[in-house]
Amino acid sequence: MWIGLFSDIHANREALETCLDHARRGGIERFIFLGDYVGYGADPGFAVDTIMREVECGAIALLGNHDAAISSGTGGMSSIAAEAIEWTRPNLDATQRDFLARLPLTFEDHGRLFVHASAHAPERWEYITSVEKAARSFMATRARITFCGHVHVPQLFHLSPTGKLAGFEPVQAIEVPLLVQRRWIAVIGSVGQPRDHNPAACYGALDVERNVLIYVRVPYDTETAARKIHAAGLPNILSLRIIEGT
Amino acid sequence: MDPRNLEAGQTIDGFHLVERLPSGGMASFWRVTRDQDSLPMLMKIPFLRPGESPLTIIGYEVEQMILPRLSGPHAPRFVAGGDFERPYIVMEFVTGISVKSFLEKTPLPPNEVASIGAKLAFALHDIHRQHVIHLDLKPSNVILRADEAVLIDFGLSRHDQLPDLVQEEAEGPVGTGAYVAPEQVLGDRGDPRSDLFALGVILYFLATGERPFGEPERAENWRRRLWRDPVPPRGRVATVPAWLQEIILRCLEVKPDARYATAAQLAFDLQHPDQVTLSARAHRLRRDGVFTTAWRRLQARRKPISAGRRELTSHLANAPIVVVAIDLEPGHESLSQALGHAVRRALATEPNARLACVNVLKISRLALDNLEDAQGRNPHLGRLIELKHWARAIPVAPERITYHVLEATDPAGQLIDYARNNRVDHIIIGARGSSALRRYLGSVSARVVAEAPCTVTVVRVAGDSPGVSIGAPHS
Repeated sequence: MWIGLFSDIHANREALETCLDHARRGGIERFIFLGDYVGYGADPGFAVDTIMREVECGAIALLGNHDAAISSGTGGMSSIAAEAIEWTRPNLDATQRDFLARLPLTFEDHGRLFVHASAHAPERWEYITSVEKAARSFMATRARITFCGHVHVPQLFHLSPTGKLAGFEPVQAIEVPLLVQRRWIAVIGSVGQPRDHNPAACYGALDVERNVLIYVRVPYDTETAARKIHAAGLPNILSLRIIEGT
Repeated sequence: MDPRNLEAGQTIDGFHLVERLPSGGMASFWRVTRDQDSLPMLMKIPFLRPGESPLTIIGYEVEQMILPRLSGPHAPRFVAGGDFERPYIVMEFVTGISVKSFLEKTPLPPNEVASIGAKLAFALHDIHRQHVIHLDLKPSNVILRADEAVLIDFGLSRHDQLPDLVQEEAEGPVGTGAYVAPEQVLGDRGDPRSDLFALGVILYFLATGERPFGEPERAENWRRRLWRDPVPPRGRVATVPAWLQEIILRCLEVKPDARYATAAQLAFDLQHPDQVTLSARAHRLRRDGVFTTAWRRLQARRKPISAGRRELTSHLANAPIVVVAIDLEPGHESLSQALGHAVRRALATEPNARLACVNVLKISRLALDNLEDAQGRNPHLGRLIELKHWARAIPVAPERITYHVLEATDPAGQLIDYARNNRVDHIIIGARGSSALRRYLGSVSARVVAEAPCTVTVVRVAGDSPGVSIGAPHS
C-alpha cells in the first residue's frame, strides 16, 4: 500500500489540490499530513477544511508550528511568519481553529515515527538541517524510520549498522529502498512553499510493503497562488518565494 | 541465521538449499531452487558476525539496493532479498567461464584479449547507462557466457541517484589493490571511467601475464600509480601489437579525461583494431624516466585529478558514438554537403563524441567475388579515400574519427546491425528526393529510422529531386 506524506502545505490551495489529485491518480490510498497547513499562503480556510475532510476519511494529521501559533501565539517566529499568522487567525473560523488546536505532535506505526520537525523535543520545532541535528533526532526515538517536514528542503539522513550517519539529497521520482539494516530520517519537502530552488510542489510516497520511498515533484499553478498572496496583502516576499522556490 | 550452520536440504523462505559453493571472504554461497521456478539460482548469505569488516554488511546493503534496479544480460537477475533477521540475496546463478580462469593461459593472443575486452566494455556500458559504476571490476567479478560478459558482486558499487553507502562507511579508499583507479585512491567514487581503468588493468594482465601495478594490498601503496607509469605491454611481451598497447595505455591514463570517454568508445576501438589512431603511447617500450616521475609525484600532491559528483547519464550523453552514413554516388554533392553541416552541428555540442563515417557498398546477392571493378581496382579502397576526403572539413581530432566501408546486399539492415553491434547513439543519414522507383524499392533512411536502436537524423536537401538510381545505398 502506498501512503502519501504531505508536509508544509501553508495555505496554498493550488499546490494542495494538484498534489492530492496527483497522488490519488498515482494509486496512493492513505495520507499522513505532517503539519503546517496554514501560514504564508492565502487559502488557510480551504487548507484546513481539506485536511479535516481527509481526517474524517481516515487520514492522520499532525501539528506544525504555524498551526500551533494560531492559538498559542507567534513567539520564536520570524517577523514575516508572525505577520502571516496574524493575517491568518481572523481568516479561520472557530471550528477550523479548534481542529488545529487539537492536533497531536507525533504518530507512531510499525517502527515508523511521523512528526512535523524532529523526534527530539517535537514541541521545540528543531530544524533537521545537519547530521548533528539528525543525530539528536535519532537518539530521541526507537523508531527505525522518522518522517518529518518543517525544513522545506528534501533530505534523507541514514544511520548505518556501524553507526555512520550521512545525509543525501534525494533525486526526484527515484525509488529509494529504506534498507532494514539501517535507520532513516526522511525530511519530506514542502507542498506549498518549496525552498530548494525548484518551485514544483513536493510530497513523499511510501510503499509500506516494499519499504521504498519516492520524493515526488509536481508542477502547479504558482502564478495564481502568488497572485492571491499579493492580493491578500501578505508580505510580498511570500509570493516571490512561491514563484522561485526559494 | 548463522551461515555456518546451514545444511543442504534446508529451506529458507521457500528456497531449497541444494549445494554449498566455495564461500568468498564476505559471504557464503548456496545453489538454491524454488518450486515452480526453473531459473538456476544462487543464494548469497553475508557473514554478519561481530568483528566482521563493516564493509561486509555495507556491501550486502549496497547489493540489496542496486541489484534489483539492474536489468539486461550483463548483471545477474535479482530474485529476492531477506529481512533483518535472515539476511540473504537470491539471484540468478550465472553459468559460464570466469575471466579469472584465463589468467593461467596468459599471455593471450591479441585478438582474444580484444574480444574479451570488448565484451567486458559492453557490459560496463550497459550498467553505466543504468546509473551504476561497478568500482570493483576484476577478473573474478566477470563471467563470460555465450556472447556476453556478466558482471557480478556489486558490493562496492555506486548508483548515482541513490545514497553512496560505501563512501559514507569507508575511512579511506576502497577497492582491490591491483585494479583500483587513481581517482578512487583519492576518494572519488563518481567517475564511470574508473571502471575503464580497471578494465585496462585486466587487458594488460591478459596481454602480458603481469599486473601493471603489482598487487599492493595496503591502501597507502595504491597512491604510487598516480605518478609511476607501468612498463608498456610491448616492453614485456614483444608480440603485443601497437594498437593493443595504445588501447591499454589509454585506459590506464592517470587522468580520467585522458582515457576513453565511455566504455562504448573503448569497445569500438577493440572491435576495429585497424582503425585505432596510434599515438606516442603505442610505441613506448620503457617506463618514463626518473625526472618525469619525480615531477608527476610532486604534481600529484597538489591537483585533484577529477571533479566530484557527476550525473552518469549526462556524462554518457556528452560522449556519444555518432555514425554518419555517406552516399558517395556522383550527383549528390549538395546532399553530402548538407550531411557535413548536420555532422558539424551534432559534434559542436558534444566534444567527446566519436564519429564513424560509413559507406555501404551494395553488392549483388549473386556475385560472390565482386572485389575488383572492370579496371582491376578495389572499390573498397576507393571508397575509403572518398570517405576521408569528405570528412576533411569536419573539425574532429584524428583519434575521434574512423572510416568504414561495409559491404551488404541489404544496406539498411547492415546499418542497423552496425548501430546495434557498436552501441551507436546517433545515426545521421541522407535521404534523396522522391522517385517512383525508390517508392517501389523502399527507402533505406525510412527503414533505418524505423528499426535502428538509437536516435536517427535524416538530412534532406530542400527541392532536391534527383533521377532514378538503382541500388544506391542511401536513397
